[in-house]
Amino acid sequence: MSTVEIIKRCEELYEDTYFTAAREWKAADPSRRVIGYMPVYVPREIMHAGGMMSLGILGGGDKLEVIHGDAYYQSYICRIPRSTIELGKTGRLDFVDGMLFPSICDVIRNLSGMWKLMFPDNYVRYFDVPQNYKDDIGGNYYIAELQELREGLEKLSGNKITDEAIRNSIKVYNLNRKLIRELYDLRAEMPQNVPSNDVYLLNRAGMVIPVEDHNSMLRKYMDAAKALDNPIRDNCRIIINGSFCEQPPLNLIRSIELAGCYIVDDDYMLVNRWLLGEVPTSGDPLVNLANAFLHESADSAAKYCDHHEDVGMYLLSTVKERQAEGVIFAAPSFCDPALLERPMLTDRMREHDIPHISFKYAENSGQMQPIREQAGTFADSIKLWS
Amino acid sequence: MSTKIETPTDSHGSSEIQEPQKDSSMLMQKEMINSNYDALTNTANNGKKVCSTFVPGNLNELIQSFGLLNNLPETNAIQNAMRQQSGGMIQTAERQGHSEDVCTYVKADIGMMSKGNIAPNGKPMPNPDLLLLSYTGCFTFMKWFELLRQEYKCETVMLQVPYQGDGEITQNMRDFVVKQLKEEVIPALERVSGNAFDIDKLRENMRRSAQAEDDLVWVLESAKNKPTPIDAYFGAIYYLGPIFTAFRGTQQAVDYYRVLRQEIEQRVKNGQGPITPGGEMTKERYRLVMEGPPNWTNFREFWKMFYEEGAVVVASTYTKVGGVYDQGFRHDADNPLESLADYCLGCYTNRNLPKRVDMLEKYVKDYEADGLLINSIKSCNSFSAGQLMMMQEIEKRTGAPGAFVETDLVDPRYFSAANVKNRLESYFQMIEQRRQGNMIASAR
Repeated sequence: MSTVEIIKRCEELYEDTYFTAAREWKAADPSRRVIGYMPVYVPREIMHAGGMMSLGILGGGDKLEVIHGDAYYQSYICRIPRSTIELGKTGRLDFVDGMLFPSICDVIRNLSGMWKLMFPDNYVRYFDVPQNYKDDIGGNYYIAELQELREGLEKLSGNKITDEAIRNSIKVYNLNRKLIRELYDLRAEMPQNVPSNDVYLLNRAGMVIPVEDHNSMLRKYMDAAKALDNPIRDNCRIIINGSFCEQPPLNLIRSIELAGCYIVDDDYMLVNRWLLGEVPTSGDPLVNLANAFLHESADSAAKYCDHHEDVGMYLLSTVKERQAEGVIFAAPSFCDPALLERPMLTDRMREHDIPHISFKYAENSGQMQPIREQAGTFADSIKLWS
Repeated sequence: MSTKIETPTDSHGSSEIQEPQKDSSMLMQKEMINSNYDALTNTANNGKKVCSTFVPGNLNELIQSFGLLNNLPETNAIQNAMRQQSGGMIQTAERQGHSEDVCTYVKADIGMMSKGNIAPNGKPMPNPDLLLLSYTGCFTFMKWFELLRQEYKCETVMLQVPYQGDGEITQNMRDFVVKQLKEEVIPALERVSGNAFDIDKLRENMRRSAQAEDDLVWVLESAKNKPTPIDAYFGAIYYLGPIFTAFRGTQQAVDYYRVLRQEIEQRVKNGQGPITPGGEMTKERYRLVMEGPPNWTNFREFWKMFYEEGAVVVASTYTKVGGVYDQGFRHDADNPLESLADYCLGCYTNRNLPKRVDMLEKYVKDYEADGLLINSIKSCNSFSAGQLMMMQEIEKRTGAPGAFVETDLVDPRYFSAANVKNRLESYFQMIEQRRQGNMIASAR
C-alpha cells in the first residue's frame, strides 16, 4: 500500500463528521460502547480494557457549518466548544455512549456541565488530573480518579474492567505510542518523505479508529515512506507550539510547509504522545498509568510548571533534539492556556536565540495567504540571517 | 502622601453623579481596606511578610495565623479600574506581548508592575514573600501565578482545588486538598513567616469567620423582603469587601458584619429600600437575579442604569465567588483543615454548570425575582462559558425572562454604555409586558 493510498483513507476519516468508522465498529457488536473525549489527554487504556472504543472529538474543523453551537457562546470564546455542541446537536454523536472532558481550561470544563444538561442520558465525566506531581499527593489523588473512571465505565458497560485487561491495553497503547514516536522521528529525519500533512492525518485517524487498526496503518505508512526518494528542499526546520486543543485547518499546516518550512515537531493531538515512555505492564496498572502521567509525560500549557527554571525547557529540548531552527507559536484565538503561557515561552526562546513568530487561528480560518506570507518571511529570515 | 481607596460607592464613572450617602458600615469598611493597604505598603517598618493569593479559595484564616499580610492581585486590579488606571496598564501588558484575548485582571496586574507597582494608596507595593496559588475555579489563576513568579522570583506554593465535575465534593477531593495543606502549604507558610503552625490560632480565626458569615448571610437574605433593603449585587459587593479580602477570620470582620446587620435590620423595620449612589431607592420596580461579575471601570455608571429605573438586584452569584455561605457552609473550627478544603471546593465557580443553574433557579424563586440578568464578562471564561445555556435553563424552569449584557472586568474598551443601557431598557420593558400579560391572563 502506498503512502498516497493510506493518506487518502486518513483524509476520508478526517472529513467524516459522522464518524462512520466508529459507528460501524460499534454496530458490529451490540455490547460495544463508544466513549468520546476531548483534548488533551485521557487514559484510553481504561476504555480499551472495558471493550470500548475511545473516540477523539476535536471540534468540527473548517467544513462543518456551526448553527446551533453559536447560540451557546459569546463571540469571545474559542470555536471548539461551539462546533462540538454542533456535532452533538445535529446527531453526529448520537451513537456515543459517554463523553470525557479533560482538565484543560475553563471552557472545556464548563462544557462538561453543559453536556450533562444537554444529554442527561449520557455518561459524562469531567476528567481531572493532578497539577501536583508528588506520588503521595497528586499521585494518590489521580489513582483514585482513575479508579472512579474505571467504576463509571464498568457501570456503563456492565462489564468488570480487570487489572489484567488494563495491563493488556497498556501493551497495545505502548505500541501505538512507540509507532507514533517513530513516525515523528522519521519525519524529523526525512521530512521530504513524510510531509506534515501526512503526519497530521495519520494522527487524526488514530482518534476515530480502533487502536489496533491504527497501529497497522502506522506501520504500513512508515514502511512505504522510507522507500520514497523525494528530493529535499531548502526549507527551514520549525516546531509548531500552542495547537494542542482546537485544531488548525489542514490548509494551515499545508500552507506553512508550502511557505518553506518543514514542521519537525508539533503539539497536535498530544494524547497520542502524552506518555513519553513505555508504561510498565506488570504490577498495579493504575499506579503505572499515574506514575507515567506524573513523571514521564509531555509538557503543555494545560499543566502547571512548579519551577520557573523549567518553564519552556521541554520546548527548548525539543528544538535541540529535532535540530529545529525556529518555533511558530500558533494558538487558537481566545485559547487561555496557550495565550497566557506564550509570553513565558517566547522569553525562553529569546534567551536562547531561537527565532520565533506568533499568530492565531480558528479551526475554520479560511484565509491562508497571511499565514503563508508570515511563515514564508519567517523561513526566509532564518535562512538569511540565522 | 495617602490617597483615598476607591470603593464601589465612590468611583467616578460619571461626573454628574452626586456624592453618595454613606452609612457607618461603609465608613468602617473603607477604613479596613485602607488599613490593609497601609500595612502592605509599610512592611519596611512593620517587618511583616506578604503573601499574595487569590480571592476564590483564599486561606485567610491560615495566612493570618502565621502573621502574614494578605495581598490580592484581583482587588488591586479592581482598585485600579475604579481609579481609571487599568486601561493604560492593560495596554502596557499587551505591548509586552500579552494577548488581547486573555484575562484583563492578569494584564492589569502585570501592567501595574511595569508602572512601579504603586498601591491604591499611592505608595509602592512590596514584592510578595510568598505566592500562594489557590487554584480554585479558574484555570487562568495557574498561569497568572507562573507569570508573577517570573517577575518576583519568590517562593511559590500551589494548592490545587479539584473542580466539582459531578456537582459534589468527594472524599478523594477533600483528602487531596487537606494533604496539600499539610504537606505543601503549611510548610511553605512556616518557612516564609519563620513561625510554627499553631492550630489553635487557626481555630480561633475560623470561629470568628463563622460569626461573620452568619451575619453576612442574614444581610444577603434580607433581600427576600419587599422592598429589599439592600442591592445584592452593586451594594453587596461593597459588603463583601472585608470577607473576600484580608479580613475573614479577624475581629474587625466580626464587628463590621454585626454593625452592617444592625443597619439592615433597621432598614427592614423602616420598610426602606437600598441605598444607592443616587440616594435611597424609594420605588422598587424590578427585582433581578444577577449572574456574573460586574464591570469595574464604569461601576457607578452601570449601577445608575439600574437604580434610575427602579431595578434592584435581590440575589447574585458574583457575591458567592469568594465563598458560598447561604447554602449552609460555615468555617468549622473543630475540623479546621477539612473545613478549609470544603470552603475552597465549594466556591461558586468551582461548582459545575448544573449546580450553578440550580442555585440561580432557587434564587429566582426564593427571592421572587422578575428575571435573571447576566453580565457576561469577556475576560472570564470561568464565569462566562455556558452562560447562554444557563439563561435558557432558567427561563425554562422558572418562566422568568432572562437577558444578557456584555462588558469586561477592568478593560474600559469593552464597556459600551449606550449598548448596555439599550439592552437594559429593552429588558425592563419586556418584564413590564410580561407582567401586564400575566395580569390580563389572571383577570380572565
